[in-house]
Amino acid sequence: MPQYNLQINSAQYPVEADAEMPLLWVLRDLLGMTGTKYGCGMGLCGACMIHLDGAAAPACQVSVSDAVGKKIVTIEGLGQHGFSGVQQAWIQEQVPQCGYCQPGQIMSAAALLVANPHPTEADIDNAMSGNICRCGTYFRIRKAIHRAAGEMNS
Amino acid sequence: MKTDIATEKIRRPRISRRAFIVSSAAAATGVGALVIGLRLHPPFQIEKSSATSSNPFDAWIHLKFDNTAELVLARSEMGQGVYTSLPMLLAEEAELDWDRVSIVQSDESYGTGGSGSVRGSYLPLRQAGAVVREAMITAAAYKWSVPREECVPRKSEVIHQPSGQKVPYGDLIEQVRRLPLPDAKKVKLKDPGTFTLLGREIPHLDIPSKVFGAARFGLDVRLPGMVYAVIARCPTFGGVPSKVDATRALATPGVLQVFEIPARGFRIYTAGGVVVVAKTTWAAMQGRNALSIVWDHGPHVNESTETINDLARRALNEPASWSSNEGPADPDVIPAAKRVESIYQFPFLAHATMEPMNITIHLRGKKCEAWCPSQVADWSRSAIAKELHLPESSVTVHTTFMGGGFGRRFLADFQTEAAQIALHVSSPVQLVWTREDDMTHDFYRPAGLHRLRGALDEHGNILAWSNRIADTSIRAQWDDPGKVRPESAELPGQPVYPIKHLQQSYVPVSSVVPRGWWRSVGGSFNGFVIESFIDELAQAAGEDPYRYRRRLLLAAANRTPRDGTSEPSFERDRLVRVLDLAAEKAGWEKSPGRHRGRGIACTTYYAYMAQVAEVTVSGNEIHVDRIVTVVDCGQVINLNGARSQLEGGTLFALSSYLKEAITIRNGAVVQQNFNDYDVLRISEAPELETYFVESHATPHGLGEAGVILPGAAVANAIFAATGKRLRSLPLHLDEKSL
Repeated sequence: MPQYNLQINSAQYPVEADAEMPLLWVLRDLLGMTGTKYGCGMGLCGACMIHLDGAAAPACQVSVSDAVGKKIVTIEGLGQHGFSGVQQAWIQEQVPQCGYCQPGQIMSAAALLVANPHPTEADIDNAMSGNICRCGTYFRIRKAIHRAAGEMNS
Repeated sequence: MKTDIATEKIRRPRISRRAFIVSSAAAATGVGALVIGLRLHPPFQIEKSSATSSNPFDAWIHLKFDNTAELVLARSEMGQGVYTSLPMLLAEEAELDWDRVSIVQSDESYGTGGSGSVRGSYLPLRQAGAVVREAMITAAAYKWSVPREECVPRKSEVIHQPSGQKVPYGDLIEQVRRLPLPDAKKVKLKDPGTFTLLGREIPHLDIPSKVFGAARFGLDVRLPGMVYAVIARCPTFGGVPSKVDATRALATPGVLQVFEIPARGFRIYTAGGVVVVAKTTWAAMQGRNALSIVWDHGPHVNESTETINDLARRALNEPASWSSNEGPADPDVIPAAKRVESIYQFPFLAHATMEPMNITIHLRGKKCEAWCPSQVADWSRSAIAKELHLPESSVTVHTTFMGGGFGRRFLADFQTEAAQIALHVSSPVQLVWTREDDMTHDFYRPAGLHRLRGALDEHGNILAWSNRIADTSIRAQWDDPGKVRPESAELPGQPVYPIKHLQQSYVPVSSVVPRGWWRSVGGSFNGFVIESFIDELAQAAGEDPYRYRRRLLLAAANRTPRDGTSEPSFERDRLVRVLDLAAEKAGWEKSPGRHRGRGIACTTYYAYMAQVAEVTVSGNEIHVDRIVTVVDCGQVINLNGARSQLEGGTLFALSSYLKEAITIRNGAVVQQNFNDYDVLRISEAPELETYFVESHATPHGLGEAGVILPGAAVANAIFAATGKRLRSLPLHLDEKSL
């Protein structure tokens, strides 16, 4: 199988994988980085969101061969890359219930706040509609995003 | 009405009345712990007060010499907050320093569901905590040779008030060991006015790890040398593999093994199928895609949503299979000024937990270990043991965090599949259900019809109310044949409104589609039906829906529970109070504006609750703008968690009331993933306002309460806005009448 060098959370990870293997499973099964979650495998639920060169992307839709040469940030590395404020807002607003979808939610929210430090409700709708939460934390997610934006901008 | 989710196969935990002390050497949590608790497993065993036990999970509280405490959690944390709320009960009574508390998940965790954790644990955990507190006071008094009354426990230490002397609990452990423990049944519990934790907003202890991506869910279990398995199951219920060609599958890179497992029947209900084992989850999925299988689709290929609906419609007019005997007269022929008849329809629903089903299992000789995101660690263990022909003592089940439960994880099907797989695989193996597997082989919320007939006198009072439900019965699937009890799952229980002649009846609709418990069980459709119908009666009576309910409730009598223990007593004034507060907070009297409407609903299902929904209707589009919830649930444990359960239950339910339906074609589920099973997104979520009535009464569970009312509240709001009464779920403005 081909070898790939991946840059994840500012560290280098060599992996041996089929070219088409989704980054999601490279992370979870080859590298043991299970913070990025499997929810649907079709890019519909947002549980596997990561940052690829600064943009939010579903890891189940990125093949390992396409991930080479790109800067990958996962939930495990979010704090080191300047987004601990989002995670702190999530804790302060007590957002998670079961917590399974939350890494993906946080990754999407962090990417939104980079692109748009003053998101409106419609901006939040657009940026976050790809992330499903079955436990119903949407109300608190919204509050946490506003809180994180407020902290960022003060 | 209590949700009865027990079957004879699921052990109901019995709480022993004896507390006991465990010696420190036995505690797996480390040397130097005082372990105190109440024995919580059947059968009840008489023990001497100084008995020792080698199992640290038999006790609730492990106090360490360094004055920290480990609190044992024996229920499953699935987002409902027991990881924090149950330990709070222990810490409150024991007067522990909450900052020095950590949580240990018991390997003897047991059934978590039916909103029963707080209700069932409230007294035993408080008693266990109180035993610790009283033991510490006694030990301190003995140490200082002072009266007990002068010793005050607070934050893991005892203070001698007159002198100001303090001693940490950790320093008293040895002393406590030498003294007899107080009787848990007789120990005094704290006055609610002195609570320091209960009733407050306490941050959830598991939230940080979930925010940093460190919390370990079932699917995250990783063990050295582990492999991954997926199962190819016949899409048709009851179908099996007829011919299997595994050549290409075995040639797929990473695939290790391919073999068949048989289906299992009554109370396990697995489909059986072809297992693919591989080095990664991805390789297993690829291997499964490469299988060539000819299916024997079995005898149910002609079943569809249309055939089920047909059977249900006919069942409405067939003789009842079960009927309540609440009055002598036939309510449908009682003389009345007005009659209303409505038929409501509800579809199958998937649980669609964000984390699909999975379990990791390792069979080593005659010992088996499993890591299971399950609401029933006890049943998981017994099902695995049964499949492997091992004694239960040889099976250990570690309960992990889980990405949603909602009743799906209250079953033992995938655990049985894993045990079947473990017989073929010597490494630890993780059985993974893909989203498609999860969507098409769920245990669905039933589908059916519910016909209501109401008769009013000239004052709008309810003379007669008969409801006939025809659904793909849950109980018919799980009860012993001949002993089906629909009244505990399909039927709504007695309505809160005074009704002169009430009759409830049930006809099961035969279906191969598997059914199970979906958050609030019968509440998920009966709440919609009852609170929509009372609104229809209000309209027939020419009264405002809020005032009509209020008038009727004030004419109702308080009720004692049916059997004294299984449901909270109906205290009329508590229900009227939440109804009034909801109307007030929602601004019921103010006009909502054009194309907008408000709907109200109330219930005593679990807690006393009322909700008001505000909607905007434009064309065929419904937008729920705001939902106001008022609840009286007795003593709130963690206000933070209580609030999030109501918010969460409301949004979870709203998703089903507005968007979700599982349909059947050719004996198989049509929907595969989130592209064709639509769920609520953040853009569709309303503003939520949640208010609690402060109370110190015995607490009601809140895990399911939020599901009961939103459907009716929204349907009632739509009626107010448009004059159109929707009776079919999910709610669509272009609904064709039934």
